[in-house]
Amino acid sequence: MNKNYLALLSGLFLLASCETTSLGGDSAPTGSYAAPGSSTADLQSYLQKEIGDRVYFETNKHNINASSAFKLEAQANWLKSTPGFTIILEGHCDERGTREYNLALGERRSNSVKEFLVSLGVDAGRIQTISYGKERPAADGSTSESWAENRRSVTVVGSE
Amino acid sequence: MKKLIFFLFLLPFSVFAELRIDITQGNTDPIPLAFLEFNTSNDKAKEISLKIKKVISNNLQRSGLFSLLPKKLFFDTTIPFEEKPIFSDWKITTAQGLVHGKLILSRDRLNIEFRLWDVLSQNQMVAQKLTTEKNNWRRIAHVISDIIYQRITGESGYFDSRIVYISESGPKSNRKKRLAIIDQDGANHKFLTDGTYLALTPRFSPAAQEIAYLSYNRRIPRIFLLDLNTGNQKVLGDFPGMTFSPRYSPDGNKLVMSLARNGNTDIYEMNLKSLKIKRLTFYDGIDTAPSYSPDGDFITFESDRSGSQKIYVMNLKTKKVQRISFGKGKYATPVWSPRGDLIAFTKLLNGEFYIGVMYTDGKGERVVYKSYLVEGPTWAPNGRVLAFYSQYKIKKNKISKPKIKIIDVTGNNLREIITPSDASDPAWSGLLP
Repeated sequence: MNKNYLALLSGLFLLASCETTSLGGDSAPTGSYAAPGSSTADLQSYLQKEIGDRVYFETNKHNINASSAFKLEAQANWLKSTPGFTIILEGHCDERGTREYNLALGERRSNSVKEFLVSLGVDAGRIQTISYGKERPAADGSTSESWAENRRSVTVVGSE
Repeated sequence: MKKLIFFLFLLPFSVFAELRIDITQGNTDPIPLAFLEFNTSNDKAKEISLKIKKVISNNLQRSGLFSLLPKKLFFDTTIPFEEKPIFSDWKITTAQGLVHGKLILSRDRLNIEFRLWDVLSQNQMVAQKLTTEKNNWRRIAHVISDIIYQRITGESGYFDSRIVYISESGPKSNRKKRLAIIDQDGANHKFLTDGTYLALTPRFSPAAQEIAYLSYNRRIPRIFLLDLNTGNQKVLGDFPGMTFSPRYSPDGNKLVMSLARNGNTDIYEMNLKSLKIKRLTFYDGIDTAPSYSPDGDFITFESDRSGSQKIYVMNLKTKKVQRISFGKGKYATPVWSPRGDLIAFTKLLNGEFYIGVMYTDGKGERVVYKSYLVEGPTWAPNGRVLAFYSQYKIKKNKISKPKIKIIDVTGNNLREIITPSDASDPAWSGLLP
C-alpha cells in the first residue's frame, strides 16, 4: 500500500514539472492527469481513483490520524500542482449521535481537514467546508463497519 | 390562522366537582364519558356535529385519560340541550361525565354551545358558547376537548395545537427531507417545502405564525424563517458560518441558535426586531441545542466542555453557567417544559438512546422512553406530554423507519402520530391563539 503511494507521489512530482498533458513514466498512475481544462468530473474521478477523496475518523473524534495524514498529503500535492478549481470538504458523522451535535461534529471534521491542507500549503481561499452531520451516510447499514465508513470527510471538486 | 371567538359563561351550580383525575399519578383508569345527541338546526349542522364529536372523542381517548362510551345505548340520548339529563338512566352505564351540545349553522357561521355534566354529583361542570367560520369546526372541537380536559384534570389541555416536523423518504444515503405541518391529532397535513433542499430541526414561534428551521438551500446551511400565513421565507441574518438549532424566546422577540465556524460551535442570541446579535458561549468546543425557560430568563443547552455532551443552564442576566446533568452517558437536546418545572432531553448510554426528564437543577432524572434510536423531545403546551421520533431494531442490520411518537411525561400512554411518510424532528406549538 505504502509503496504504491510513494510511486504515486513521485509520479505526481514528475508530472507537475511538465507543461504538457502527456502522461509520462511507468510509475505514473493510470487515468487522465488532471491538467488545466479538465472537467470537474474528470478531476473528481482522478481524485477518487488515484488519490482517494476521503479520510475517516474515530467515534466522536475529529483529529487527523496517520493514514489520513498520508492521504491528505497526496491531496495537498495534487491541489498545489493543479490550480484553477476550488474544493469543498464535506464533514459527516455516523447515526449514533443526536442531530445538532452531529452537525457541529461534521463541521469540526471538515475544518480539521481544511486546517491540515492549509498547513501543507494549499491556498485557504480554494477550500470551502460544509457539514452534513448524520444526514448523508455513505453506507446504509447499521453495523459498526457502516458507521466507520460514515465518519468521514470527503473532498469534492468544486467549480472555479 | 382562522380566529375563534368565544364567550365563557358559567351557570351558578355548586363548584365542587366529584369528577376529577390526577394526571401526575401514572396509570389511572380512563374516565368513561358519553356524548348526548347534539341538538342541531339542520342536516348540515348534524353532519358537522358528528365530525366535531369524532374529533373530541379521538382527542380524549388518545390522551389515555378518558374512554368514550359506545353510541348504542338502550335509552334515548336525545334530549333538549337546555334540559338536565336523567342521571338515574346514566348511572346504570359506567359514564361519569356527559357531554351535550347544540349546534346552529347560519350561512358560513358555526355557533356551538356545549355542556359537561357530572353524573355522580348531577352538576353542570362547564357550559360554554363558541362561534367561528363553518370551515373551522376542527379547531372548535379541539378547544372543547381542551376545556373538558382542563375541567376534569385541573391541568390545561393541549389539543388545540399543531406539530411541525420533517417528512422523510428515499434511501438513507440520499434522504429527501421536507418540512411539514400537522394538527396534533394527525389531521390537516401540509407540506411546507418540496424537498429539493435538506430541511432539518423546525421550531415554532410562540404565536405559531412562523417556523424557524435549518435549510441547505444555500452554499452554507442556514436558519430560515418561514411565515406560515404567507408562505414567504427569509434567511436569518448574515453569519460567517453554518447556523442551526434555532429556538424562539417565549415572547417571540429573540431567537437563540448555534453558529459553527472554524471547528467551533457556539450559541448566539439574535434580537428579531433590532437584528442585534449577542454571543452567549465562548468555550472552544461544541455548545448547541439551546432552549429558553418559559420566563425567558434562562437557557438550557448541551456542551462537550467537560469532555462529552452534558446539559447546562445559563442565567441570561448574569451569564453564569451551571452543569445540571451528572449521570453516566451523553446528554443532549435539552428542552425546557412550558410549565417551567422539567427539562426533557435525549440520553445516550451503552449504545442505547433514551428520552428522559429531570428537574431544572438536574435532580430527579427519570427515563421516559428508550429505543435503538430516539431523540429530540418536544413538549405539548401543557408540559404533560412529550413528542419525539424513534426507530427500533428489527433485526441485526435492519432498523425501522423513523416515526413520531407521543407519550405522557409519566412514561405511560405511548402513541404514534400517523404521517404520510417517515417522520422526524417534531416540534410542538403552543396552544393556538
